[in-house]
Amino acid sequence: MSTRKTSEPFWWGLFSVGGVVAAFLVPVHLFLHGLAVPLGWIPVSPARIQALVGHPLIKLYLFVLIALPLYHWAHRFRFILEDVGLHALRAPIAVLSYGSAVVGTVLTLWVLLR
Amino acid sequence: MSEETITLEVTRYRPGHDREPRAQTFSVPYRKDWVVLDALNHIKDRTDGTLSYRWSCRMGVCGSCGMMVNGVPKLTCAAFLRDYHPGPIRVEPLANFPVVRDLVISLDDFMEKLRRVKPWIIREVEKPVAEGEYLQTPAQLDLYKQFSMCINCMLCYAACPVYGLDPVFIGPAAIALGYRYNLDSRDEGYRIRQPILTEAVGVWDCTFVGECSVVCPKGVDPAAAIQRSKVAGAKEWFMSMLLPWGGR
Repeated sequence: MSTRKTSEPFWWGLFSVGGVVAAFLVPVHLFLHGLAVPLGWIPVSPARIQALVGHPLIKLYLFVLIALPLYHWAHRFRFILEDVGLHALRAPIAVLSYGSAVVGTVLTLWVLLR
Repeated sequence: MSEETITLEVTRYRPGHDREPRAQTFSVPYRKDWVVLDALNHIKDRTDGTLSYRWSCRMGVCGSCGMMVNGVPKLTCAAFLRDYHPGPIRVEPLANFPVVRDLVISLDDFMEKLRRVKPWIIREVEKPVAEGEYLQTPAQLDLYKQFSMCINCMLCYAACPVYGLDPVFIGPAAIALGYRYNLDSRDEGYRIRQPILTEAVGVWDCTFVGECSVVCPKGVDPAAAIQRSKVAGAKEWFMSMLLPWGGR
């Protein structure tokens, strides 16, 4: 049986950390910025948030928050397509899924660093 | 008053003779304390002696009477007729395996995979018998005990859509058993076994469906064994990338 070198651990690793971010950070972030701030539960002025977003640590946080869950999505999406019977197309599906996540990562970097 | 009966739709198939599997209907006495295996034995004894299926212990230990009951992988010795009343009950060979005859499937692929993961204690140097047993604490036993409950019944393979799509996947039970020996404090075979578990057709083929753990009649959680092996495999992969000299 072949023991070919595989890149799966790399993608699975990104899927795994992306899942942690999606499960723990995203709900907190949605609660704060989707409910608490707009509804006035936390009194913060838009100018203050604007200033915060300029901070390098916040940029790093936003990068983690946005980019890593993309790999979680890509891995799931790839396997869902394979499981529903598109097994023969596994190579192009993998390129499409992970490629989209990479494009998303680059776009995130571009928005945050420009 | 005539005895109440229940209908079984049993798959019959003789490769080489029949063009394709077909369902044959049998009527058997309905008894609340009967399991599907009792009904099959009744058919073989009283109605049709040519019906073929595997069984041995009829008490959930030997793992040989696994079949699809109404489309779900079950040990037929633990599938009570009363849970399927009033019927009919569909009995088919385990899914995802080649059929030898009727309800008998071929074990060859699973046996090869089981051997491949080396599910036995590997020692670098075997301790002389005179030095006594390999001792283990209850905590060391607890680490692997649930995975050692596997009876090789292959229900998890019948439930696994990944194995169904592409049987190169090593599959739930074999990975769980390999993992079981990796966790055993007496074992020194991790470096030999882990690369087999974490090759492309090993844990990475799993798409986290989790049905293997749902259908297991012995409470084993193969899905957990697979996911934990992925964590270990991913760590080792990243370490070997970061520290090329420290890789295996």
